[in-house]
Amino acid sequence: MLDVTDLACRRGDRQLFRSLSFQVPAQTLLHVRGRNGSGKTTLLRALCGLLRPDAGRIRWKGKSIRELAEDYNRDLLYFGHLNGIKADLTGLENLRIARTLDQDPVGDDAILDALARIGLEGFEDLPTRMLSQGQKKRVALTRLILSKAPLWILDEPFTALDVDAVDLLQQLIAEQVADGGSVVLTTHQEVPLTQGAIQRLTLDEADDETPVSGDDPARA
Amino acid sequence: MLSVFYSVLARDILLALRRRTDVLTTLFFFIIVISLFPLGVGSEREQLQALGPGVVWVAALLASMLALERLFAADYDDGTLEQLLLTGQPLALLVLAKVLAHWLLTGLPLVLIAPLVAMQYHLEATAVWVMMAALAVGTPVLSLIGAIGAALTLGLRGGGILLSLLILPLYVPVLVYGAGAVTVSAIEIADTEPYFYLLGAFLLGALVLAPLAAAAALRISLE
Repeated sequence: MLDVTDLACRRGDRQLFRSLSFQVPAQTLLHVRGRNGSGKTTLLRALCGLLRPDAGRIRWKGKSIRELAEDYNRDLLYFGHLNGIKADLTGLENLRIARTLDQDPVGDDAILDALARIGLEGFEDLPTRMLSQGQKKRVALTRLILSKAPLWILDEPFTALDVDAVDLLQQLIAEQVADGGSVVLTTHQEVPLTQGAIQRLTLDEADDETPVSGDDPARA
Repeated sequence: MLSVFYSVLARDILLALRRRTDVLTTLFFFIIVISLFPLGVGSEREQLQALGPGVVWVAALLASMLALERLFAADYDDGTLEQLLLTGQPLALLVLAKVLAHWLLTGLPLVLIAPLVAMQYHLEATAVWVMMAALAVGTPVLSLIGAIGAALTLGLRGGGILLSLLILPLYVPVLVYGAGAVTVSAIEIADTEPYFYLLGAFLLGALVLAPLAAAAALRISLE
């Protein structure tokens, strides 16, 4: 479970949010909303440990993520604005490296299956710079299929995807939540779940004194 | 843990092989800088022999500097660096793998080509061997120290110049003892020993400390 208490972040002179507290238990999707520039990406980067918040504590399974450091990273999958794939390597090579870095190397068959599932059959051996924006994003999203991490943090994963890919991604997120994982995501899209709970968190300007989460009951 | 180290190392080498120009520019820069001096100062044997060691080392410094900017920049731009930071591995280990790949691609070629370019300076055979050995010990130090600067200046505008200003002063000891070893070898080969001990000490120190410092700098740069 991800447990956040009294989190505050500023960018330059601007207070993005403060006294932000919420919890993301297993089998839960946290949907972070807010207008452009409200600090969604900053929050997500803070949750990953990429950015040190100005105040507050972030705990994973009861321990501070600063103390857990690499142990926390092992439980985490972060998908940011940048795809995190190498343009000169093929999709297969990119994913092979990603799996090795996660210390969970899988056979090429598993990677090829995952690439086929995301709709990139026939493109496995092309350097990813030859692919379209959407296809690159698909290569990067294939990490979600292969991942066993209990916590996913996804920053605008739906952009540049076509209808089929959006469906598949929604399905993947639903599977992750149903399997007992947690997902934190920012998107302007609705994500239907078959099982588990959706929480919504809206980030507002800092002068709004109560930027606290409103919970939604589980959608069965 | 070793598999992760090899994976990063193999990845960077594979990437460089797919994009050979980056590696070749460093090498040609090294060759051209060294070849300019005999053209400029004339072909007097004694003068060139005196200049040779220093020129080769300064060229090696500048060539390694030139390649440094790209050490983390490409990974930073496409987001793979972010992913490296979020792997369940000590970041210093990954940095060490990247630096080793960087040295194999930009440092080692300099060591191997040095005897050829040294011919222009009428260096004795012993001096050439000593120079190769000194470069082999010294250039990894340059890559390791340079990694700290590359990590600190990551994502800054005009980072290249800043990187040179930060790092070149730190290269001075390597330059002094590296070129010194070659000069001394012309008088008495046994006298080069302390120079190599010192270069070796620099290498060991940098090997232990530089990856940790560069890893910390990367975390700051990515905030």
